[in-house]
Amino acid sequence: MSATATPAIDGWFTTGPEPALLGSRCTGCASVFFPPTGGFCRNPGCASTESEQVELARRGTVWSYTDAQYQPPAPYIPASDPYEPFALAAVELPEGLVVLGQVAAGYGVADLRVGAEAELVVEPLYADETGDRLIWRWKPVTELGEETDQ
Amino acid sequence: MSSNDVAVAGVGMHPWGKWGRNFVEYGVHAARAALADAGVDWRDVGLVVGGETVRNGYGGYVAGATFAQALGWNGATVATSYAACATGAQALDTARARILAGMCDVALVVGADTTPKGFLAPNAGERWDDPDWLRFRLLGMTNPAYFAMYARRRMDLYGATQEDFARVKVKNARHGLANPYARYRKEVGVDDVLGSAVVSDPLHLLDICATSDGAAAVVLTSMDYARRHGLTQPVRVRAVSTVTPTFPNTVLDMPNLSTDPSTAVAPPARTFKESIAHAAYEEAGLGPEDVSLAEVYDLSTALELDWMEDVGLCERGEAEALLRAGETTIGGRIPVNPSGGLACFGEAVPAQALAQVCEVTWQLRGQAEGRQVEAARVGITANQGLFGHGSSVILSV
Repeated sequence: MSATATPAIDGWFTTGPEPALLGSRCTGCASVFFPPTGGFCRNPGCASTESEQVELARRGTVWSYTDAQYQPPAPYIPASDPYEPFALAAVELPEGLVVLGQVAAGYGVADLRVGAEAELVVEPLYADETGDRLIWRWKPVTELGEETDQ
Repeated sequence: MSSNDVAVAGVGMHPWGKWGRNFVEYGVHAARAALADAGVDWRDVGLVVGGETVRNGYGGYVAGATFAQALGWNGATVATSYAACATGAQALDTARARILAGMCDVALVVGADTTPKGFLAPNAGERWDDPDWLRFRLLGMTNPAYFAMYARRRMDLYGATQEDFARVKVKNARHGLANPYARYRKEVGVDDVLGSAVVSDPLHLLDICATSDGAAAVVLTSMDYARRHGLTQPVRVRAVSTVTPTFPNTVLDMPNLSTDPSTAVAPPARTFKESIAHAAYEEAGLGPEDVSLAEVYDLSTALELDWMEDVGLCERGEAEALLRAGETTIGGRIPVNPSGGLACFGEAVPAQALAQVCEVTWQLRGQAEGRQVEAARVGITANQGLFGHGSSVILSV
């Protein structure tokens, strides 16, 4: 990724060697929401209006997965021409929520299964006049010994 | 008879297809068909409720008034509903509530749409606070990608196969062969489905419903009005459920990028989709064992299997066994989507939940020529749309 790379959306995730999603933890009931929210808590039994920013766990288990064999319509911005399919995964985090994401470059549905472990990475989604625009992605965690089996 | 019953006096549809005409024309066609079926003069209708279409400009936003004007202003009260895929059911519930409150005797409910080709995409413009825009921009997450995630869970958790999903299409294609309102009336084989392009693994093109033009209309009346007008044994609306999810909704729903968290509050006993049907059963005082047929929202073939479990036709993970045994085919124990379902119709959003009600009505009257479920007494519909919308309608004779 280029030196001028910036997140495709502000305030949703950190970058660097150990990137993490940024959620909002309600100061009243401790529910953690992603994408970040503010001003109210969606727990119907909680009247709190305050929340604090927290980093979500970087690892979770795959809830489900698929891919996009055809180019999604705008406002999706394809990273390449011709279009190259990519995989998508929904990953359940220890905070009790499932978060969607694209799957890391080089991985497809054959590398995934429900219940398997996945880890958060940050990669370029597309490039614009400012440089690479980054997004969070889920990368399958290869268990020890599995790599050599393949 | 419960005091909460209203009569379905008439139903009507415009055939589904890609006709390239204005949605108003389809809506008027369906409305007139429903009024003729009911033997009700339009000028006697006290309330018209339109299902909003978001893709057809201002006239679509105020669909109730648009249809009322097209049919000829008659001084009726007007309402317009929008509830994504559940729009038609919410419109029906508005009509029913006003009738049950004694504020109206006859109501006309109409939904119609003209849809673009290809993936449904969000409205134009940059909207960084709209999850329906963000899911495309940041993830390229189309509707079929969500359907595919549900399908994949069935495979990894319950051992479903792509052949099972194809069998749903084969069954529904056969059901719809004789339905004059269906867009696709052609036999489809398992190999046809498996040979079609993969859109989002594991779903093939023929596993995923198209988008269509179409319209459906229902004339509801009070039971008293029905009796006064010689309708002695009308099909009755026994329940309309349009419940929202209960926090935390831990099943991923379109168009969200995540679910609610289950750390502070434990997940509810029933998932959102289960709760939609449950509320309908509770209101009707009926259970899954009473149901003769079900019209469920097969946006994808695999979703039909999910719905069978969500509406209680079988236990979780058992839908494939029922399908393989032919129990959900017409002539089986519990026919599912005898109309041919979305597989044969394609989705016309504001009309679709009403089309389900039209089909169940014809089935309960014994008028579903070429696709009749024998001795049908009770029918249930189920659907789900974006942003916490869903519906289930129970009708009986």
